[in-house]
Amino acid sequence: MNIQFRESQEAASPLISKTAIADCDIHPARATRTELYPYLAKRWQHHLEVYGVHAYQGMMEGPPYPKAQPNASRRDAYPPEGGPQGSSLSFMQKQLLDPNNVQLGVLNPLNTGQGIRNHDLSAALCSAVNDWQIDKWTSKDKRLKASIVVGNEDGLSAAAEIRERAGDKNFVQVLLLSRNVEPLGQRRYWPIYQAAEEAGLPVGVHAFGFGGNPITPSGWPSYYIEEMVGHSQCQQSALASLVLEGVFERFPKLKMVMIEAGFGWAPSLAWRLDKVWQRLRSEVPHVKRPPSEYIREQVWWTTQPMEDPESREDLFDVIKWIGWDRLLFATDYPHWDYDEPSRVLPAGVSEANREAFYLGNARALYGIN
Amino acid sequence: MASLIAGGVDCDVHPAVPHLTSLLPYLNDYWRDQVTTRGMVDLVSQSYPKNSPIVARPDWRPENGKPGESLADMQRHVLDPFQLKHAICNPLYGVQMVFSEDMQTAFCRALNEWLAKEWLDRDSRLRGSIVIPTQTVEKSVVEIERCAQDKRFVQVLMLVMGDTPLGKRALWPIYEAAERLDLPIGIHAGSAYHNPPTAVGWGSYHIEDYAGQAQAFQTQLTSLIVEGVFAKYPRLKMVMLESGVSWLSPYLWRLHKFWRGVRMETPWVDRAPLEIVRSNIRFSLQPFDAPPDEATLIRLFDHMQSDQLVLFSTDYPHWQFDGQDALPAGLTPDLVRKIMIDNPHATYPRLT
Repeated sequence: MNIQFRESQEAASPLISKTAIADCDIHPARATRTELYPYLAKRWQHHLEVYGVHAYQGMMEGPPYPKAQPNASRRDAYPPEGGPQGSSLSFMQKQLLDPNNVQLGVLNPLNTGQGIRNHDLSAALCSAVNDWQIDKWTSKDKRLKASIVVGNEDGLSAAAEIRERAGDKNFVQVLLLSRNVEPLGQRRYWPIYQAAEEAGLPVGVHAFGFGGNPITPSGWPSYYIEEMVGHSQCQQSALASLVLEGVFERFPKLKMVMIEAGFGWAPSLAWRLDKVWQRLRSEVPHVKRPPSEYIREQVWWTTQPMEDPESREDLFDVIKWIGWDRLLFATDYPHWDYDEPSRVLPAGVSEANREAFYLGNARALYGIN
Repeated sequence: MASLIAGGVDCDVHPAVPHLTSLLPYLNDYWRDQVTTRGMVDLVSQSYPKNSPIVARPDWRPENGKPGESLADMQRHVLDPFQLKHAICNPLYGVQMVFSEDMQTAFCRALNEWLAKEWLDRDSRLRGSIVIPTQTVEKSVVEIERCAQDKRFVQVLMLVMGDTPLGKRALWPIYEAAERLDLPIGIHAGSAYHNPPTAVGWGSYHIEDYAGQAQAFQTQLTSLIVEGVFAKYPRLKMVMLESGVSWLSPYLWRLHKFWRGVRMETPWVDRAPLEIVRSNIRFSLQPFDAPPDEATLIRLFDHMQSDQLVLFSTDYPHWQFDGQDALPAGLTPDLVRKIMIDNPHATYPRLT
């Protein structure tokens, strides 16, 4: 959170400058409303001006649950040259990458072509965002790597976009959001997993998105905090769907990253799935092994927002149950619920686990030396 | 496994309505006629398909009829062998799926009368939950007040997946009546299927619906806490039934963190979510969703930082454990006593 960050910045800087880290969840923003237009056909520029994006939610601008801060971002992250938080590479370097010694920064653009009802527009916008990530970010700072965003509701066009980008070292993963028209294990999304597995790219599933479903199984709640907390339940349901539809069984080399949805819930979900699978496996014969095994072998987790139990031993229990080799440090820059690198991990962690948590796991997963 | 003790309270057993026609004696002429003239079929929720393995333990499954429809079986399977002082009956008949508020009101009233006559009257150990027609808050309150005159009804029963999040203000008259009449609100697994059963849409499988109950409970706890239900009704207890418990602590760590960050949005939430749960929310024991090893269990109870949260349940006739192994290994005798006796009595004031 930004207030804590400002309080701690001076004291923490000398320490953190020594430790190299990977930041596996950075959100690059557009400086202007039309910054993507050079990458879009005239037809789509016109369409956006006349009809807007026509998402799976009602607001022409902004989210239905107003955020806690403008753009859900830190007030100290506005670039000096203007534009919204996260829209300036030079300021991102100055505020995030340099002082925190970020060796690898994974870009996860959020306002892309995902969650849009017109699937042709969705594909065009995603492709434009992918070009823009190279031009504006990864070609200008080698520490940054991009995520291939894809038109999520049209599996075939999404797979085509992945194949188009496969082998391009600017990209280290495919990016989906957790909330879609259907749970992520459904067959309409399988071409995405097939293409990602073929390309050797992990699929990141970031919290958020729109698919038209209420964000609770009992309808729409009232508050932003319910949406925020609810992203973890959405992620749990999406992961359960991936396991129970047999996605991991069908695509055994597929790696998935759960991004910005917490990780504390992972052991409980895996235990519960194992227990009900023991009883009900005759319904899902394509799930051949206990669900926890697929999760342990094929799923990674970014850390922010870290769960904050009163006792650090509680946190260590949960990490031990998940595996120290499966967590990827992330700040969520420039969002307001940013996790400060020097503060998230309590004392009492071995040097090897600390290194894996901050850098080693990410390097291994994303194939970056 | 930890040793059971006599005199416990089983907070979640499920007597089954044999068929919709079983309710005909408890319906008025109009509704009796509607049921027969329109050829209405049995109201079985797909949350609990009769032949699903999880819906009845093999040795608790009757040769004919629905699991849980025979009092003699329930006595033989749980009331006697577990030496229970009380068992709280939570009927899972599919009345919540009905959309008409009039029809739902008639069916709920019939269901409650059926429970009193055919179960509570026939075994003095049994207690009941009041099933309410949530399509209409006004008639739900009327039904609560009507049934509450019978002291054997000890709680109000709602499904974890209904039409709206349970904290919504429109539902508060239900909570006002429950608090006033010393009735906890029991929130049980299951969906009215008026919304997709997950927050990311319709899954393909029964197993997905069942596993997903845990996520539904999490979203309901958030709603109940942040809408301010327990600031308004501080004496109200809510019991999460067939919810699982191992998700609770990590869920609360997250809720607590965000509440600290954005509490300006819900300034009426006057206590930390952790404190609200400790004072107002309880959980039934089964299904206990943790691995069967003592070390993990001990850590999970440590994470909860309270020995008052869990209430004994067998979830009869659902298949959550075998034999008499309702208590997971690692519980101390002191904790067993709390779970089986002290905590249920502290939660249900009418349980005498």
